[in-house]
Amino acid sequence: MNVNVQFREDGDTLLGYIEGEIDTYTAPILRDELEMIRLSEGLSVELDLSNVNYMDSTGLGVFVAFYKKIVKENASLKLVNLSSRLTRLFEITGLSELMEIGEGGATNARI
Amino acid sequence: MRAFDYIEIRVPAKPQYVSVIRLTVSGLASRVGFSYDEIEDMKIAVSEAVTNVVQHAYGSHEDGEIVIGVALYADKLEVMVSDYGHSFNFEEIKSQIGPYQEDESVELLREGGLGLYLMETLMDEVRVNNNEGGVTVFMTKYVTREQVKENVQSITR
Repeated sequence: MNVNVQFREDGDTLLGYIEGEIDTYTAPILRDELEMIRLSEGLSVELDLSNVNYMDSTGLGVFVAFYKKIVKENASLKLVNLSSRLTRLFEITGLSELMEIGEGGATNARI
Repeated sequence: MRAFDYIEIRVPAKPQYVSVIRLTVSGLASRVGFSYDEIEDMKIAVSEAVTNVVQHAYGSHEDGEIVIGVALYADKLEVMVSDYGHSFNFEEIKSQIGPYQEDESVELLREGGLGLYLMETLMDEVRVNNNEGGVTVFMTKYVTREQVKENVQSITR
């Protein structure tokens, strides 16, 4: 079991495709990958979670930490293509009210 | 004949075993006849309990163990997660948890502390016992009635 992240730049948008299971074992891997992004003012980061097939509070913690960093740097973050399971997790924890969650437009194309 | 089957698993308190426990409980829950969503809820709740032990109970000790007991009934699953490490104050922790609020300041957002909240939200009953040796979390999930009729034989037979 693992988590894998791949990035692609598309103009002012950085697209990240996250794949796998996010729990206490894999969360540090995801956190390190997200920490390597060089954030700058105005950068929009879009993370595609369509291939995340398991996530718990340790994964939510990673996204919260990353979101805080995004806000601090005046960048923006959108989480896209969540499964109904992941949508439910963001809803019951109240995170969907704070973070932008939606459909991925042109980003549906895979790498 | 006993009304339930009991399975006990003992693993080192290490992060790489959390997924093993999650998948084992998922397999057992499907024997009882839970729906896909109920099983996914239980996978998260059990992972939260086991993760809590892995992250907090043992500090820097590497030889700690987690005991997971699962009781399969015709209409419910009981999961017990026990450590032999440090106890925590349930009421104190409970007062510090809960969902995020819309008006919370982004800089102050917690990056943890949702585990117990998720356990209570995703299971039907959650109890935490602090005993001398450590902490035990008991969680129960009931199968919805229509599913029980179809699957009741698989446990009691």
